Amino acid sequence: MPVTDVQHDMNNLTLTIVAEFAAPVSRVWDVYADPRQLERVFGPPTYPATFVDHALIPGSRSTYFMTSPEGEKHAGIWDIKTVTEPSGFTFEDAFSDADFNVSTDLPVSQNSYAFVATDGGTKATYVSTYATAEALQQVLDMGVVEGATSAINQIDGLLAA
Amino acid sequence: MTGTESQNEDRADAMFHALADRTRRDILRRVLAGEHSVTTLAAKYDMSFAAVQKHVAVLERAGLINKRRAGREALASGDVEAVRSVGSLLTELESLWRGRIARIDELIAQPTSTERNQ
Repeated sequence: MPVTDVQHDMNNLTLTIVAEFAAPVSRVWDVYADPRQLERVFGPPTYPATFVDHALIPGSRSTYFMTSPEGEKHAGIWDIKTVTEPSGFTFEDAFSDADFNVSTDLPVSQNSYAFVATDGGTKATYVSTYATAEALQQVLDMGVVEGATSAINQIDGLLAA
Repeated sequence: MTGTESQNEDRADAMFHALADRTRRDILRRVLAGEHSVTTLAAKYDMSFAAVQKHVAVLERAGLINKRRAGREALASGDVEAVRSVGSLLTELESLWRGRIARIDELIAQPTSTERNQ
């Protein structure tokens, strides 16, 4: 079970995920440094990601889109802030239009990814911080489209039982 | 509709009504993580104790949380079975992350292209 801790902090508007990997820090770093590897892990299987531009260099902008099962593309950008190879990097994650113009009316999150060597491999800590409670709620609500559908189906099942 | 169907529809109405309010979703998130007294819940929100109590009562009527008394305190906890049906509303981001972590595990378990070429 690689995820070892999850913290939803509604007061500090932070989601913190801690995971352990059975691989050295440099291997985990490579997953994030190489766009071809990163896109295999970033989008859900039903929303595969494609990174158009990506380099872990301070000041650079990564561009990506995720493709829905219906073929719709949802684009976003990462503005890379700080990079300390191989122990971590920070970036701002925003939604954008199809031409990678950043959307100003959708939430932006600040992200910090850190990788530390352990006995068995690497401990990774991912922290995402949102500016306002509304922003976090909006992201949760946006992600909920599929979740709410399955929840409604499950409630039907629960009530039928 | 038969009587049972009508009861089930009423229950679904109550659940969705209860979850249509962000304060109630937040309260539910907290009491799923662990039992909380209504007093400690109320301290988290910029509203009166009575208002928080009313939100808790709506969640309780919908069957999403259970309350028990311990001394002078009313302790609220999430009803796991009822909430499992709407759990994806609360853990969508977390499940996205769990998926990513699982795929990283798979990826790093595979030989790299240089290793394959050797």
